[in-house]
Amino acid sequence: MNWMRKLWWKLLGAGILLFVLTYGLICSVPPLDITNETIRNLFYHVPMWFTMYTLFAYSVYHSIMFLRKLNMDHDLHAQSAAEIGFLFGIMGIATGSLWAKYTWGTYWEPRDPKLNGAAIALLIYLAYFVLRSAIEDETKRARLAAVYNIFAFPMQLAVTYIMPKFMLSLHPGSSDTVNFKKYDLDSQLRVVFYPAVIGWIILGFWIFTILYRYQKIKISQQNEEN
Amino acid sequence: MKRIKLLATMLWAAITASAQEATPDMADALRANGKIYVVVTVIGIIFTGIVTYLVYIDRKISKLEK
Repeated sequence: MNWMRKLWWKLLGAGILLFVLTYGLICSVPPLDITNETIRNLFYHVPMWFTMYTLFAYSVYHSIMFLRKLNMDHDLHAQSAAEIGFLFGIMGIATGSLWAKYTWGTYWEPRDPKLNGAAIALLIYLAYFVLRSAIEDETKRARLAAVYNIFAFPMQLAVTYIMPKFMLSLHPGSSDTVNFKKYDLDSQLRVVFYPAVIGWIILGFWIFTILYRYQKIKISQQNEEN
Repeated sequence: MKRIKLLATMLWAAITASAQEATPDMADALRANGKIYVVVTVIGIIFTGIVTYLVYIDRKISKLEK
């Protein structure tokens, strides 16, 4: 039963998500024009970004730790977490785009700072992967990637979260959508929204650990061959 | 007196107007007996399947690590 002990938090996250995926469709939501039932996307679209932020934060933490300790294991943590964070960012953009089509009338509103910020953030991380793949030497790659990641993290936070707060945006939480606060705090939504955030973050971390462990095995096999 | 009468009429008009405001279209009926539970169960099955597979890969990797 040793494997169960390592698995408990993963299954807990899966259980929470099962609740979110089912009850999130059945529970009653505030009846509002335009959003109608699509407000339920709050349980699925928004946690994608929370998971991305968490994984990117975890990634930059390991980049800092790498520069301090110069241990290659930190580099592997940083890389794997950034990859899964990027995956969640892609899903956030894709789901947001679909939601926008049915509420704002377009797949992409070019004047919305949050949308453009999200696209820029993903490009910043795309550059991180390009940088990694461009350097042959392991230690050099790890060092440069770690330094880049330390710049990338605050940049993506600035363009997706901080800057849109002071600009006109269709997203709640920007300077012109103060009224939205009333609905953000809706208690019916909160019952599902908070577990959703926790559940998706746990799932993101689970997928990250699988990628990390896979890469670790691959590296040790390569070292044996050499 | 005239003013008060006018005010009362306007107030009454405002109240009745707000009462007649149509509620936005929500899938209330759909959730009750539109067989939404079938979809919810389908999502539940798919998600359980994915999680079971994740557990399977997880254990496979654990074995490789040993």
